[in-house]
Amino acid sequence: MTKMPKWADAVLIPLISIFLAFLLSGLVIMAIGKDPVVAIKTMVQGAFGSSNGIGYTLYYTTNFIFTGLSVAVAYHARLFNIGSEGQAALGGLGVALVCLYVPWPHWAIALPAAMIGGALFGAAWAFIPAYLQAKRGSHIVITTIMFNFIGSALIGYILLNYLKVPGSMSTESTRFGAGAHLPTFHEMLAPLGIEFNKNAPVNVSFLIALLAAVGFYFLIWRTRLGYEIRAYGQSETAAKYAGINPVRIVVIAMLISGALSGLMAINNVMGEAERLIDNAVEGAGFIGIAVALMGRNHPIGIVLAALLFGFLYQGGGELSFWESIPRELVVVIQALVIMFTGALDNMVRAPLEKLFIALNKKKEA
Amino acid sequence: MTLTKTLLGAVAALALTSGAALADPAIIFDLGGKFDKSFNEAAFNGAERWAKETGGTYRDVELQSDAQREQYLRNFAEKGFNPIVMAGFSFATALETVAADFPDTKFAIIDMVVDAPNVRSVVFNEQEGSYLAGIAAAYAAKGDTVSFVGGMDIPLISKFACGYAEGFKSVKPEGKVIVNMTGTTPAAWNDPVKGGELTRAQKSAGSEVVFAAAGGTGLGVLQTAADEGMLSIGVDSNQNYLQPGSVLTSMVKRVDNAVYDAFTQGETLETGINVMGLSNDGVGVAMDEYNAALITPEMKAAIDDATAKIIAGEIVVHDYMSDESCPAF
Repeated sequence: MTKMPKWADAVLIPLISIFLAFLLSGLVIMAIGKDPVVAIKTMVQGAFGSSNGIGYTLYYTTNFIFTGLSVAVAYHARLFNIGSEGQAALGGLGVALVCLYVPWPHWAIALPAAMIGGALFGAAWAFIPAYLQAKRGSHIVITTIMFNFIGSALIGYILLNYLKVPGSMSTESTRFGAGAHLPTFHEMLAPLGIEFNKNAPVNVSFLIALLAAVGFYFLIWRTRLGYEIRAYGQSETAAKYAGINPVRIVVIAMLISGALSGLMAINNVMGEAERLIDNAVEGAGFIGIAVALMGRNHPIGIVLAALLFGFLYQGGGELSFWESIPRELVVVIQALVIMFTGALDNMVRAPLEKLFIALNKKKEA
Repeated sequence: MTLTKTLLGAVAALALTSGAALADPAIIFDLGGKFDKSFNEAAFNGAERWAKETGGTYRDVELQSDAQREQYLRNFAEKGFNPIVMAGFSFATALETVAADFPDTKFAIIDMVVDAPNVRSVVFNEQEGSYLAGIAAAYAAKGDTVSFVGGMDIPLISKFACGYAEGFKSVKPEGKVIVNMTGTTPAAWNDPVKGGELTRAQKSAGSEVVFAAAGGTGLGVLQTAADEGMLSIGVDSNQNYLQPGSVLTSMVKRVDNAVYDAFTQGETLETGINVMGLSNDGVGVAMDEYNAALITPEMKAAIDDATAKIIAGEIVVHDYMSDESCPAF
């Protein structure tokens, strides 16, 4: 018996890591002369204390679930997709085009169409780096990073020259029609008699994100394609020997990854802003990397990690709002959580493993 | 009965005190952050000046994401802050919805017009200040050519260029104003290298004075002008100190005054469109010890004369944004 139980690996280690991160954050808050207990209270209260706070937390969570799943799919094929940011931006363009140029009668029809538009654009943006990796051996990390910049420049160009409201100073498209308005939690829960804040941006795409997480599970662990993706990720040579076409797997895994990123746009572009704005993704693609790593590339882990980052975003915003803690410090707290849960994993794991081995020995003796 | 009365009294007293304590003004900065050395920082300085002079307190917050625009506006309004000032035109969409939900709260938005009964829209007559900068350039240049470097090619920047050209041609009607824009994307606000290249090209075309209305790009223009022995004109904040002896003047846009005024008026904030021009110190050309040696007496006299005439309405500087064209080009 040399291993610790599964529950300790999946639950205990992340919890201890988060606890350590918050402990250190508390010290940082103390160092700038604020009360850490009040700060944590403000964050929790701000993120979960009201339906308005929950609404914002879940709104951010939805973004992070999509990008987290996106990074995780690629990761199962041992591909490090850093391009979720750009793919989500292009997905936004896809969603915006679908919503702007078709007068939708009802959101139930507009949503599937927007999903297809977002997924197609996101996947197309991931296809080029995928092809270059599969056929030419250009490293996917480098190409996807570069494509983030190309994507942002492309969006800027299209917004300015084709979608911008003439005479307006801001780089944003016109508002989508009323038929493309996605129901928010307020509108969804009101018929059930539950009062949810009407200004919170969380909308039906949160449920789509959860569905995507379920679909992710079946794809990776219950289908032949998922098996091939994982086999390729574990060992390229063995996969080749088993008759798996590496070009096909790389391209397909990246297409799915890009499509998931692109789907994020139904939340931020269609659900919240209801128009395409410049830099609409706002770093959610990069947070997706942390979410996937923290969630151990498993959908349940990803949803929980996304919720944690949703809490950090909304709670952090409240912290800077109510406690006048500069927003840069909120980023420090977020970074500490990423560092402890991602990079310093072994710091908690090694002693915990030793502890469990010692406990087991005792039991055996 | 007595208990209820006491309780009610206590609640009423609490409501009164909390209402009084919270009728502070608030300001929301745009994504650039309050220490951006430009627009947001000017707004911040105005708020600080108000706090120092009146001893009052105010609340501020910086944005991290676009979704927070509406969220923070609502947060401030719900907690009774009044008035609430927004720095930047990007708040317009969020403000349109929030202003309608809080009819008793006053809002002020800078650089944008939002049509609502409880909103003060502060816009600047940039063309008037630019007109004065054009006069300064005309007196400083020995020849007949000066130039302009804009940031992103938007109507607002052409408004600067047009006023500048008009001011220059009021002194030298046969002169020439070279106008270049850095780009058509937001990246054009922060490309000092390209700003420098444009300045060099303009110098080889004969320009002696260059006016930069280009955000961070302008720093490259000012630097290159100093290196090449040209004169330059700064923008928004007083940038005379950046290249002493080479910056002729700066066309200042008093965003700080706009914030200061809104805070001073407090809950009785006057709504509607508030135009900040030469007459109410909204724009102007900066004079200080760094450019004193460059300002000749007749230049100063001409500027003062034009200032008086603009305020009196004898000179009406064309506003490019009114018809998207410029008679002086």
